[in-house]
Amino acid sequence: MTPVQKLGNVDAKKRTSQKIAFGFFSFLSYSVVAILFVILGFIIIQGASVISWDFLTKAPEDGMTAGGIFSAIVGTVYLVIGSSLVSFPIGIMSGIYMNEYATNGKVIRFIRVMTNNLSGVPSVVFGLFGIALFVNTMGFGDSIIAGSLTLGLLSLPLIIRTTEEALKSIDDSFRHGSLALGATQLQTIRKVILPMAFPNIITGLILSIGRISGETAPILFTVAAYFLPQLPTSIFDQCMVLPYHLYVISTSGTDIEAFRGMAYGTALVLIAIVLIVNLLANALRSYFANKVKMN
Amino acid sequence: MIRINAKNVDFYYGSFHALKGISMEVEANTSVAFIGPSGCGKSTFLRLINRMNDLIPGTRMEGQILVDERDIYSKAEKVDQLRKSVGMVFQKANPFPKSIFENVAYGLRVNGITDQSYIEETVIKTLKQVVLWDEVKDKLKELAFALFGGQQQRLCIARALAISPSILLMDEPTSALDPISTGKIEDLIHELKKEYTIVIVTHNMQQAARVSDRTGYFYLGELIEYDDTRKIFTNLDKESTQNYITGRFG
Repeated sequence: MTPVQKLGNVDAKKRTSQKIAFGFFSFLSYSVVAILFVILGFIIIQGASVISWDFLTKAPEDGMTAGGIFSAIVGTVYLVIGSSLVSFPIGIMSGIYMNEYATNGKVIRFIRVMTNNLSGVPSVVFGLFGIALFVNTMGFGDSIIAGSLTLGLLSLPLIIRTTEEALKSIDDSFRHGSLALGATQLQTIRKVILPMAFPNIITGLILSIGRISGETAPILFTVAAYFLPQLPTSIFDQCMVLPYHLYVISTSGTDIEAFRGMAYGTALVLIAIVLIVNLLANALRSYFANKVKMN
Repeated sequence: MIRINAKNVDFYYGSFHALKGISMEVEANTSVAFIGPSGCGKSTFLRLINRMNDLIPGTRMEGQILVDERDIYSKAEKVDQLRKSVGMVFQKANPFPKSIFENVAYGLRVNGITDQSYIEETVIKTLKQVVLWDEVKDKLKELAFALFGGQQQRLCIARALAISPSILLMDEPTSALDPISTGKIEDLIHELKKEYTIVIVTHNMQQAARVSDRTGYFYLGELIEYDDTRKIFTNLDKESTQNYITGRFG
């Protein structure tokens, strides 16, 4: 064989192995999408039949075997709002501090390690912590405020991290340009850096909402009511919450199988809420990305 | 009148001794070029004049730098105030993701000016000053990123001039630009030095020769030679400077 022929053979071989490798990679990534669609399809097929206007707007009746899930939807919305009020400001400001102000490498590393550890803590432990601190020590009892604080703590690491990453992705030349004009660091952050980082920060916030609305363990001990058809009237009331309601109607009762449809319906509503929130995140993100450009 | 007066300045990045005993005076309304091989300390020295090196953790300065006879590293000196009178143009044009108008107005706004008609006047005046007005007058509301590289850099110069500094620091302002844009900026520097004191770091010998009244040659953290540009480029009495300028090294 001449050297040239040898080279030719190697060429063909490396192209084939590339084809096989990328074929395999793309198969795997499409499988992930396929699995998502299977889950969604399954829930929709099983749950769509129970979805009705009444199901969405009426409180549960007859020991949760009839009626709707309105109380649970409202409770979930309240908790999302309440926990966001806690976690958004604290998380964003901490992220800003870590990326923009803190100069001591050791302090930053310490905070980062701690927040990473916090995000590794199982959510049921947050629930226990919530009952000890907010429910008992601070005396809020089982209440929306106790649940919101607990969920807020849970989502802090995610918000801090995404805020930090969003800020980190902004090139230093923009900071220097602003500071060199006599702007203070705070003005630089407010007028140049935050507007640029905003679309990515928003994404982090919304992802945290998605996570919060599906959490069950932390609300179990702090706010969730087993059966409470009336809507809460203050932040010190208990309320029903979708994920816990789903758990209850799937596991307790005398004839669970007969009312499985309601469970799927509840799951469908929960998933729909998360999906809507994510779509909203994307819409907001591109809206703000455009707005930054227009300014 | 002496605008910048550095007295025996030493500077350290951690344990690295980056500047060694630099002393120099810069007259008002002249232009000074800093030349020297990469890592010689010329940009470091430039960034000491508006205290941009404060932003780098682990650095330390000894000695004194006076701007208009004020010790800019004294406790009483406020850094944001210093930077109002010592403007800076960076190596890479760095306009903000805002409109052309807002880029120039930014310095005025962060320094507390709210009079809209004054802001408009100043923006127009400075855009004319950097010879950008005719190119952008119909698109002031458009994003500054839409401009090409040379225009962006002139916009950044306008942005710096809008707050009426007395000194303009330029850190290799044309190194990312094509020859035509470079020529425009050099012409601009000639105009600007009538009103401003200009300190420019450059790797381009011809540029230093064209735009500066005086030239400082830095090597390994020392100011080897600092004299009239004409003398530096014609007499070449110090061997190190001569080798660098003629391209034998660096």
